[in-house]
Amino acid sequence: MAHFTKATSVKDWLNQRLAVEKVEKVMMSEYWIPKNINFLWAMGMVLVITFTLLLVSGIFLLMYYQPNVNLAFDSVNYTIMREVDFGWLWRHVHGVAASVVFLIIYIHMFTGIYYGSYKKGRELIWISGMLLFVAFSAEAFSGYMLPWGQMSYWAGMVITNLFSGGSLHADGLVEWIRGDYVPAQAFLNRFFMLHVLLVPLAIMGLIGLHFGALRIPHVNNQDGEEIDFDVESKKYLAGDKAGSKVMRFANDFMSKDMMVVGIYLIFFFYLVFFHYDFAMDPVNFDPADGLKTPAHIYPEWYFLWSYEILRPFSTNVGLIAFAFAQVIFVLLPFLDRSPNTVPASRRGLFRIWFWAMLIDMIVLTSMGKVPPSGIFSTIGLYAALTFIGLWIALPFITKMEKKV
Amino acid sequence: MKNKEPLILVVVVLFSLLTYYLVEPFAHSQMHKHHESEGFEYKDLPALTKKGDATKGQELVMGAAACVGCHSIEKAGVPAAMEPQDAAASYGVNPPDLSNAGAVYSARFLADLIKNPAHALMVEHKFDASKGQMHPMVPFYGAGGDIDQEVADIVAYLQSIAPKAEDLTPAMAFETACGRCHAVHYENWTQIGEKPKFKYKKDELAFDIKVLEYQKSLTKYMGKLPPDLSIYIRSRGEHFIKTFVENPQQYLKGTAMPRVGVNAESADKVLEYLEDSGDLKRHERESVGKNVMIYIVIFAIFALLWKKQVWKELH
Repeated sequence: MAHFTKATSVKDWLNQRLAVEKVEKVMMSEYWIPKNINFLWAMGMVLVITFTLLLVSGIFLLMYYQPNVNLAFDSVNYTIMREVDFGWLWRHVHGVAASVVFLIIYIHMFTGIYYGSYKKGRELIWISGMLLFVAFSAEAFSGYMLPWGQMSYWAGMVITNLFSGGSLHADGLVEWIRGDYVPAQAFLNRFFMLHVLLVPLAIMGLIGLHFGALRIPHVNNQDGEEIDFDVESKKYLAGDKAGSKVMRFANDFMSKDMMVVGIYLIFFFYLVFFHYDFAMDPVNFDPADGLKTPAHIYPEWYFLWSYEILRPFSTNVGLIAFAFAQVIFVLLPFLDRSPNTVPASRRGLFRIWFWAMLIDMIVLTSMGKVPPSGIFSTIGLYAALTFIGLWIALPFITKMEKKV
Repeated sequence: MKNKEPLILVVVVLFSLLTYYLVEPFAHSQMHKHHESEGFEYKDLPALTKKGDATKGQELVMGAAACVGCHSIEKAGVPAAMEPQDAAASYGVNPPDLSNAGAVYSARFLADLIKNPAHALMVEHKFDASKGQMHPMVPFYGAGGDIDQEVADIVAYLQSIAPKAEDLTPAMAFETACGRCHAVHYENWTQIGEKPKFKYKKDELAFDIKVLEYQKSLTKYMGKLPPDLSIYIRSRGEHFIKTFVENPQQYLKGTAMPRVGVNAESADKVLEYLEDSGDLKRHERESVGKNVMIYIVIFAIFALLWKKQVWKELH
C-alpha cells in the first residue's frame, strides 16, 4: 500500500489520492499542440460543447417526455412547449443542436481529409471518428422517432424497411427490429431506450477512444510537418515560448478554442431563437398516422447524401450502393495509398479528388430532398455514380502521387 | 507565412450557405405550390352596389328571408332551436350563429353567400343543383323587391349587430369562421364549443358523447373529419394557412373545405388564435432570445480578449 502523509492542503490531500497535479499536466498544461494550426482545429471543442448542450437539454426534456404512442406527440408539443417553463427553450436547443452537430461533424471530417489527418499513425483517430459519426447517426435517427409525428412514423417505416435487404425479403429481421409488423408501441419504446441510454453510452465511450487515439500521434498541423514534440516542448518549458513549435493545450490552445466557441455560440443561439425551422420539419408537427402517407418523405438534411445514393437505382443495386456509402469513409486511411501527409493543395490529383467529393456530396444532398423525377433524378443518378467512381479511383490516383 | 484563416472561413461559410439554400428554400420551392394572398378581397365575387338599410335588413332576417329558421342570433335574442349535435344531424354541420358574422366575413362574400351559397363557398363541385345536390343552406330568392337591395339590407343588418373590429377577439373570430368543423384540443375547443371542466365523470362523458355524435354527422358531410388545428401554425405555417383559407381549391382541387370568406382583419385574428394554440411562448422566445444574444456576444468578446492576451507570448 502506498504511503500517505498528513495532508498540508486540500490540493495535497487530493494529490496523494488522485495525483491531480499529474492529471492536470497530462491532460492540460503539458498536452502539447502544434502552433501551426488554424481555427478548423477548434471544431473538436465546438463538438464537445454542442454534445454537452444536447446532453443537458436532453436531460430536461426527458423529465417530461412520455414514450407512449398515445401521449408522445402531445407530451412534446403541448406539455413541453406550452406547460413547462422554458420547455420550448430546451426543445429548440435540442432540435437545433442535433442538426448543427452534423454540420460541425462534416466540417471536422473534411478538415481531416484535406490535411491528411488520417495517415501515418492517425488511422485510429479517423476510424474512431467515423464510428462516432455512425453513433451520432443512430442517435439522430432514434431521437427523430420520439415526437411520434408523421415524419417520425414514416421515416421509421422506410429506414427499418431497408433491413429487409431487397430481394432477400428478410421481413423477419424487419419485424424483429420493429417488435411489430409496423412501427408501434414496441418500436417507440426501444428507440426511446436506444436514444436515451445505449447510443449515448456508446458515444461517450467512443469519444474517450477518439481522444485516446489522438494522444500518441498528436494533433496534425497545417503543413503536415513532423514535429519532435519532446524537443519542442523542452524549448517551451525552458522559456522560449515564441521559438517553440508547440504550445500547451491549456491555456494556450484552449483560449483559441474558446474564441471559436464564442463565435460559434452566437451563430448557434441565433438559430435557436430566430431561425429554428430548418431543424424542425413542419411535416413532423402532424401526429403519426399510419393510414396517411405524407406527399414527400425525406430524411433530415444530414442524411440526404446517402439517401440519394440509395434512391436512383433499382432496389437491390440501390441497397448495395447505400451499404457502400455507409462504410467507405471508414476505409479512407487504407484506400489512400500516398505516402504524403500534407494538405490536399500540395497533392496533385488528390486536390481535385477532394473538391470533387465535397461538391458531389452537396449535389447529392440537394437532390436527396427534391422529388425524384425529371432532371433531378438524372442529376441524382450521375452524382451517385460519381461518388462511387471517386472512391474506386482513390487508390489509383494516390498510388501515382509523387513523394513531396 | 500569411494567414489563411479568413479565406478558410469564407470557404466554410459559402459551402454551408449553399447547402442550406439547396435543402431549404430551393427544395421547398420545388415541393410545394406557392400562391400569393389576394388580401381577402374576393374579387371574383360581384361588389355590393346598393347601400343597405339595417332596419329593413332586420325585417328580412327575422321575416321574409327566413334566416332565423336555421340560424340563431344570440345577440338579437334568437336562441338556437336545436343542440349542435342535433343541428349537425339535420344539416351536416351546425348552422352558424349570426351574431358576429357581420364582423368576421367580408361583405362581398356575405352578399354572394346569401344568394348562392355553393358559389361563394366554392363547393359547386360538391353541390350541383342541376344534379339535385342541394347545399344545405337554402339560397335567398328575394322577397319581392330588388334582390340586390334586399341582400345589401341583410348585410347591413348583420354588420350593425356585429361587434366592432377592436372588440372581436381571436377566439370569437376562430369560433365563427372555423370552430364548427375544426377542434383545437390545445385550447380545449371542440366542434360544439369549449369543453368545460366537469366535476363528475358522468357529465364529462355525456359531453364527449355529444361531440362524438356531432363529429359523426360532420364526417359524413365532409367525407372525413376535418383535422384538429392545435399546431397547424407549426405544421403548415402562417402563409399557407392564410392563402389556403382564402381559396382552398387552389391548393387542394376538389376539397370539401369551403372558402370561409373571412375579411383581412378576421384572418389575422384567426391566425393569432392558432399562434396562441401552437406557438404560445413566441413572445417569451423573442425576449429571451434578445437577452441571450447580448450575453453571448459579450462572452465572445471576452473570449477574444483572453485569446489575444494568451497568444501575445506565443508569437
